Amino acid sequence: MRYHPHTEEEIREMLAAAGAKSLDDLFRSIPPELRLKRPLAVPPAADEIALLAEMRRLAARNDTGHPPFIGAGAYPHHVPPVVDQLLLRGEFFTAYTPYQPEVSQGTLQSLFEWQTYVALLTGLDVANASMYDGASSTAEAVLMAGRITGRRKVVVSAAVHPEYQRVLRTYLASTHDEIVTVPYGQDGRTDLAALSRAVDGDTAAVVIGYPNFFGVVDALGEAAQVARQAGALSVAVTAEAVALGMLKGPGELGADVAAGTFQSFGNPLDYGGPAPGFFAAREANVRQMPGRLCGATVDRHGRRSFVLTLSTREQHIRREKATSNICTNAGLCALAATIHLSLLGRNGLSELARLNYARARMLRDAMQRAGFGLRFSGPTFNEMAFDVGDAEEVVARLARRGLAAGVPLSRYYPDDPRMKGALLCVATELHEPELIETFAQAVRR
Amino acid sequence: MANPTGWKPSTGEGAAAGDDLAVGAGLATRGLAYEEPLLFERASNGARTGVSLPPASGDFDPARELPPEVLRPEIAELPAVGELEVVRHFTRLSAWNHGIDTGFYPLGSCTMKYNPKSSEALARLPGFANAHPLLPPEMAQGALELMFRLERALSEIAGFTATTLTPAAGAQGELCGVMMIRAWHLSRGNPRKKVLVPDTAHGTNPATCALNGYQVVQLPSGPDGRLHPETVRAAMDEDVAAVMITNPNTLGVFESHIAAIAEIVHARGGLVYGDGANLNALLGVARPGDMGFDVMQFNLHKTFATPHGGGGPGAGPVAVSEQLVPFLPLPIVIQEGARYRLITDARERPRSIGRLREFHGNFGMFVRALALIREYGPEGLKATGQLSVLNANYVRARLKDVYDLPYETDSLHEVVLTDKGLKPTGVTTMDVAKRLIDHGFHPPTVYFPLVVHGALMIEPTETESKDTLDQFIAGMRAIAEEARTDPGAVKAAPQKPVRARLDETRAARKPILRWRPGMKVE
Repeated sequence: MRYHPHTEEEIREMLAAAGAKSLDDLFRSIPPELRLKRPLAVPPAADEIALLAEMRRLAARNDTGHPPFIGAGAYPHHVPPVVDQLLLRGEFFTAYTPYQPEVSQGTLQSLFEWQTYVALLTGLDVANASMYDGASSTAEAVLMAGRITGRRKVVVSAAVHPEYQRVLRTYLASTHDEIVTVPYGQDGRTDLAALSRAVDGDTAAVVIGYPNFFGVVDALGEAAQVARQAGALSVAVTAEAVALGMLKGPGELGADVAAGTFQSFGNPLDYGGPAPGFFAAREANVRQMPGRLCGATVDRHGRRSFVLTLSTREQHIRREKATSNICTNAGLCALAATIHLSLLGRNGLSELARLNYARARMLRDAMQRAGFGLRFSGPTFNEMAFDVGDAEEVVARLARRGLAAGVPLSRYYPDDPRMKGALLCVATELHEPELIETFAQAVRR
Repeated sequence: MANPTGWKPSTGEGAAAGDDLAVGAGLATRGLAYEEPLLFERASNGARTGVSLPPASGDFDPARELPPEVLRPEIAELPAVGELEVVRHFTRLSAWNHGIDTGFYPLGSCTMKYNPKSSEALARLPGFANAHPLLPPEMAQGALELMFRLERALSEIAGFTATTLTPAAGAQGELCGVMMIRAWHLSRGNPRKKVLVPDTAHGTNPATCALNGYQVVQLPSGPDGRLHPETVRAAMDEDVAAVMITNPNTLGVFESHIAAIAEIVHARGGLVYGDGANLNALLGVARPGDMGFDVMQFNLHKTFATPHGGGGPGAGPVAVSEQLVPFLPLPIVIQEGARYRLITDARERPRSIGRLREFHGNFGMFVRALALIREYGPEGLKATGQLSVLNANYVRARLKDVYDLPYETDSLHEVVLTDKGLKPTGVTTMDVAKRLIDHGFHPPTVYFPLVVHGALMIEPTETESKDTLDQFIAGMRAIAEEARTDPGAVKAAPQKPVRARLDETRAARKPILRWRPGMKVE
């Protein structure tokens, strides 16, 4: 076993030093009746050649020959190979939480850079060191709003990612917060009149997608104003962060918290995870934030350094009074995003956003030529819903051709007749013009 | 100690002044380290970029459709550098880190074992890395089968009926477990009010209970470091939903009374939660599901060698006994004939606690964990448990005469020592930790568990060789000796890394949490 370096002789020496007669003897504190008396029923050991072959066979049974036209919270983007090659440096890869800052300055400084990128893109003051994903980050944002306002009601747009909404319900289930869902209009944007009616003096948070689940650039500024007038916090949820290369940061439009994922930067799809959840807020609320924070300080010799800080909010100090139970987050994914954003830079980020926007217009035009109009009239970034008649049939038919067509919205909104033929599709820099044309024609059959 | 390069410092042995030239027990000396500014502080020219993208073509103009008030110009504060500058920046930063690949990393309760490189190659196979989570199931049979096989293997390894893979890390696994406990109680009419947590527990345990609306009752551990049945009996009543127990606990001690404790809790209608953070010690030797636990979270980044990544991503699957299966979160992977699919619809699992995160979990970690389980097989898994315990006991035996051992009780995968014996020298646990850095080792977990004053919690893991342990032991012994002969040198540590003893008070008093133009830290 290549990961167990012990020789028989060393094991004997070490047992003798430890005063044990055998390896079994080391476990004498486990009562015999609690010990396992048979080998584990898992498959026999595989050598590296067999292991690689077996896993390659599994991987080959996933059809990933073409970039998917599915977004819906996970976005196919180009990850420059340089990102992964830097990520694989063992000093980053095999370190843990930077508890000992002297030997973790690499992790800490890059976290500080990540926090800066998130703050700049979201237009907010401060960001934490990452969250598990967009959905739990959104739930944590609502929990924070509850702590700050002392209120227990949450108003959520129905156009927020349905899985995020579901996670929110799970997280709030035991603390019995009231969750009110506000409908969307024909333009795919949150119904502002209904929102105004739903938000009141008991409301802790108003949650809006930006862009929302339908790819529509929602009325965040207006929603944030409704929240502010009621003394509630507005939470903007962003799953496609490339949009922030073209759209103003949620904070600039008045949002108090920005939550979501930066998966689109430097992180592959990975069948849905891991990816770096992000969390950004205003300076005034920093002591109520969940998760780890990296801050600047000086060392004994006055040299600028970075360290985890404000940890009195956290579980290892505060225990049951902590702002969250989060501990391990998505550090390496955040590093991947940081490297990718560093490569993109000021110009590259705008360029990538424009390219995505342009490809989505191509998709829209190709679909329109093929006879499929948009489900919603509101403005979009790189994702949009088309009326395709029978969306499930289209998905099944295109799958046989190796094309991942999109997501039928009726799966998430079974009670809304408007969603019957709606297919949510994305186009990014990975979708070349020819593929977009082929796709639109294939939808038509 | 071995010094294969034969290089010797020219200044006096162990002297604080020339200390950066000394060779540590872990063979650490100094390399070439750069002062690396923040990327934001580099002279940046907006025309520069580190990416190569096709031109945006076609008939498009964002200003035609998007409202002008949401359009943003380029973000002026973003850096703009070429690819090589980015590569150097992060390469230099990486050199400031200590990772498992660099050297011994005995961070207790974190299980810093070697992360196999072949697992990294496998996780990057395009069929895995490029699979969208919402692919139609017929396009994702490989991913689904992998999840199914991992679920079966984890359930067998820990001795439970079923396992959910979705939780993103150990703490979210705890959250999931306690939510299921609550849902189970609710289904019987009363969620109950309290959860019992021993004083040796990780901070995540009480924090998790609070998130679920439970009041935490702390239970004292006994003089042997164990939780005793009479303590549990005295605290147990019909308001207690569960007891949360880490086994082996954070002292590295097996909770031998677990079966009796489980019986007491079950008799009063409670459930037993197992924090699986320290499962490594038990692999192939004993199974929590056979000891009376009803639910337990795994930490794939600990026990199953998925990389810790500087603070994640983790993965925290949760295993349950039969009675909790209906409450498992969505999605759930199932096999139907030769086909696999996910249950995502709550109508198929009406008692499910719901979703904990988007999509299906940290799939990338599932690939690596299954790869490890496949490479080990039953014998390799058992050897993992045995050798992790052997390594900890060897370190304990070789250090307990120079560092105080607060509990004589048998250790499993980790051992907790203290600085008590160093008290007359003025040298503390923190000083020892910092001095270890000069020797080339990552310090153990310090000042935890909270029940031990000045704790040094050492978990070597099974992937470390006797040679490495001997070096570490020599370093620890040298520091204890130095504390007596030259305590100032220990207190002056660390000398070798790029920074020393950061001002944490200042960081918290005047938080600077991001770069801004003209940022000054003085």
